[in-house]
Amino acid sequence: MTVNQHEETPEEHEQHHHIVSPKIYLIILLSLLVGTAATVWASFIDLGPFNPIIALAIACTKAVLVVLFFMHVKYSSKLTKLTVGAGFFTFLVLIGMTLADYFTRAWGRW
Amino acid sequence: MSDSTAVAHGAAADAHHEHPPYQRHHFETIAQQNDATNFAMWLFLLTEIMFFGGLFTAYLIYRNWYYPAFVASSHQLDIFWGSLNTLLLITSSFTMAMGVWCAELRKKSGLVLCLVLTFILGLGFLGVKTVEYREKWEKHHIPGLHFSVQSFVNPASDPEVHDKYPNDQPLSMDMARHTELYFFLYFAMTGMHAVHMIIGIAILGFMILRAQAGAYTTGHVTFVENFGLYWHFVDIVWIFLFPLLYLISRH
Repeated sequence: MTVNQHEETPEEHEQHHHIVSPKIYLIILLSLLVGTAATVWASFIDLGPFNPIIALAIACTKAVLVVLFFMHVKYSSKLTKLTVGAGFFTFLVLIGMTLADYFTRAWGRW
Repeated sequence: MSDSTAVAHGAAADAHHEHPPYQRHHFETIAQQNDATNFAMWLFLLTEIMFFGGLFTAYLIYRNWYYPAFVASSHQLDIFWGSLNTLLLITSSFTMAMGVWCAELRKKSGLVLCLVLTFILGLGFLGVKTVEYREKWEKHHIPGLHFSVQSFVNPASDPEVHDKYPNDQPLSMDMARHTELYFFLYFAMTGMHAVHMIIGIAILGFMILRAQAGAYTTGHVTFVENFGLYWHFVDIVWIFLFPLLYLISRH
C-alpha cells in the first residue's frame, strides 16, 4: 500500500480541475439557440419522411454539445468518457434492437 | 482477528495525511474523490436515460402504428409554447453552467445570482407547462373517463386548431380513440420531465440558501457540479421531447 500522497503533475491537475471558460459556455448557448431556431424552422417546411430525421439529427447534435461542454465530458477523465460512451452505446443497442424487432414483424398488418 | 484489525488500523493511521475537511477518509486524494463522485453521478444519469429511453421507444412505436391519430393529436400542441420552453430551459442550463464556473472561482455573489436565475427560469418553464396542461384539461384531452375525441372526429368543432391546420381530415372513430394513447404518452413523458424539474427546483432552493452562507465557494464544488449534471440531463430530455412531441408531425 502506498501511503505517500500522490503528487499531481500539472497535466493531471489540469485534467481534474479543468475550468471551462464562460466564453465557451456562451458559444454553446448560442449554438443551442441557433439549433432550436433551425429545428422549428425546418418543421415548417414539408420534407416528407425527412422531417423527423432532420429534427432528430438537430436534437442529437444539441445533446452532444450539452454533454461535451455543459457537462464537461470533453474535459473529464477517461473513466467518465468511457462510462458515458458505453452508456449511450448500450442505450442505442436497446432502442435499435427493439425498433428492429417491431419493424420486421408483421409491420402494418396488425 | 484482533491482530489484523490492529494492523489495518495502524496502516490507516499511517495513511492519514493532511487533507481538506471535505475529503472523505477513504479517499487518498481529493482528485480520486472527485473522480469517484463524478463516476457515480454518471451511473445514476445513465439509469435515468434508460428510463426515459423506454418512454421514447414506446412513443416511436405507437406513432408508427397509429400515425394519423398521433399526427392529429400533436396538432393540439402549440409550437410557440414549446419553443418558449426550449428557450427557457436552454438558458437555464447556461446559467447553471455559469454557476459551476462561479463556484470553481469562489465567486459567492456570482454563484447565488446564477442559481437564482436558474431557479426563476425553471419556474418559468413549469408556468408555461401549467398553461398548456390547463388547455388540455379544458378540452378534455387528459386520458381517462372524461377524455373526448370531439376535436378529432369533427375538426371543425375545434376552430382554434382547425384554423391552423385546415387540411386535417376527420378521423374515423376507430382511429380517433387512439389519440388518447398519444395524450397518455404526452402526459407520461412531459409529466415525468416536470417531476424532475420540480425536484431540481427544490434542490436549487436549498442550494441558494447554502450558497448564501458560503457553502460552495471554499474549493469544494462537488455538490454544485453534480447538480449541474442533473440539470443539464433534464435539459437534454427536453431537447428530444420538444421535436418529437411538437414538431415532427407538423406535416
